[in-house]
Amino acid sequence: MIKFTDVYKRYTDRHEALSGLSFQLAQGEMAFLTGHSGAGKSTLLKLIALIERASHGQVLVNEQNLTRLPPSKIPYYRRQIGLVFQDHNLLHDRTVFDNVALPLVIAGENNREIGRRVRAALDKVGLLNKERNLPIALSGGEQQRVGIARAVVNRPPILLADEPTGNLDPDLSRDIMHLFEQFNQVGVTVFIASHDLDLIQTMPYRQVILQKGRLAQQAER
Amino acid sequence: MKTVKQNVTNYLLRHVQVMLFSLGRLWRQPLASLMTVVVIGIALALPAGLYVLLKNIEQVSSQWDDAAQISLFLKQDKTDVQAQILVNKLTTWPEISAVNFQSASQSLEEFRQLSGLGNLLDTLPSNPLPAVVIVHANSDNLRADAMNRLLSLLDALPEVEQTQLDMEWLQRLRSINDIGQRGISILGLLLSLSVLLVIGNTIRLAILNQESEIRVIKLVGGTNTFIRRPFLYTGFWYGLLGGTFAWLTLLSTMSLINGPINQLARQYESQFTLAWLSGSMMLILLSTGMLLGVMGAWLAVGRHLSAIEPR
Repeated sequence: MIKFTDVYKRYTDRHEALSGLSFQLAQGEMAFLTGHSGAGKSTLLKLIALIERASHGQVLVNEQNLTRLPPSKIPYYRRQIGLVFQDHNLLHDRTVFDNVALPLVIAGENNREIGRRVRAALDKVGLLNKERNLPIALSGGEQQRVGIARAVVNRPPILLADEPTGNLDPDLSRDIMHLFEQFNQVGVTVFIASHDLDLIQTMPYRQVILQKGRLAQQAER
Repeated sequence: MKTVKQNVTNYLLRHVQVMLFSLGRLWRQPLASLMTVVVIGIALALPAGLYVLLKNIEQVSSQWDDAAQISLFLKQDKTDVQAQILVNKLTTWPEISAVNFQSASQSLEEFRQLSGLGNLLDTLPSNPLPAVVIVHANSDNLRADAMNRLLSLLDALPEVEQTQLDMEWLQRLRSINDIGQRGISILGLLLSLSVLLVIGNTIRLAILNQESEIRVIKLVGGTNTFIRRPFLYTGFWYGLLGGTFAWLTLLSTMSLINGPINQLARQYESQFTLAWLSGSMMLILLSTGMLLGVMGAWLAVGRHLSAIEPR
């Protein structure tokens, strides 16, 4: 589903964020991306979401070669990927419902379908009763769950998360991870960057460990 | 499978939603929006107002077209009979529609009545006033060059001491009017440009304000078209509201000066009534506003949107 072949990412200041990285994730797999700060976790996710492009090497996602994807196709490519961020990236002047509905509105779905799917997603993350609230009125954990609902509402085959539990206490973090597990169980490929090692160790998934932009090891559990 | 009809309905519905959404955005910042609308409105009202003024001047001067006449002052030694022969001759000229004759004694009588110097005139040994033939030009010969040709023909007549064209000031007014029209065109162009820039700048600020929102929309797969749309509609609303404001400004200005104008017209025994903004003029004003709004927004969005990419 995701395949990196000898990927390099250099920034202009000669700093090499990724060096000769090769790894792959199978369809329907769930894995963690770990490593110290600055090891290149965010860069790797950005390459998958096409926020950045690789300097060298090949990135294949869902059978598409990202090195060759023209800029005009990027929006349509991103609709195949659900993105979850540490700081949620919600729109603060719109209700929970409107936030979750955004990917469907962009895709041009009709209102009935939008209402149905948004409520299904909010139900899944347990926030059905908060659809009229503004994000600011929600707790950090709830905001993160709104972010997750938005990421999955258009049923993407891939779900990427960048430190989704970074600001949450252990109990809430476990709830969030459990949510990701549930999406994985229905066939979504899930890839989560996290340094919450205590939590990750308790879960039976592969870890892709980065060290200074290189693959350190892949720990199988 | 969705049908084509459903897709079209969806698309139109989305546009209406975005349209109302951007109006709502303006509404939520009433003061800032109002200021922009007023600036646009004034910039549009100025050339439109001058245009209306010019139209009215044209209308006034067209009423005086039948006043296009040439006075021929005859030489003192010409008798009334000689003058009558001249009159008969002039009536046959194709350039001339009508000829009136006023004898020297009639001129004196008229002067006596209008000046109130009756007693003084009685002390004069002879009538100092000449007989006058008043020639009305044919309506085909009202243009300046034709009038001048006729004038020189009349001037060459042996009976005529002096000719006077009563149209000269009118022609000058027309020339001034022509200059005014060009001036207004240039002014209109410049002010349209300023409307474009005002809207462009307002939209630029709106884009910067919503930078993080634009990033989020791009992250979840929003195309540039999708992101551009609300800003274009914002420009549309600014333009439309600015045009409406301009129209209302002109309307109220005109109703304010309508009373005094009518009074003035009555004093001049004129049939003149103020020409108001016509319906088509209103449509032009509003659609110019809308067009400038959308164009200004388009320029701003084109320049600034591509610079905002997810990090």
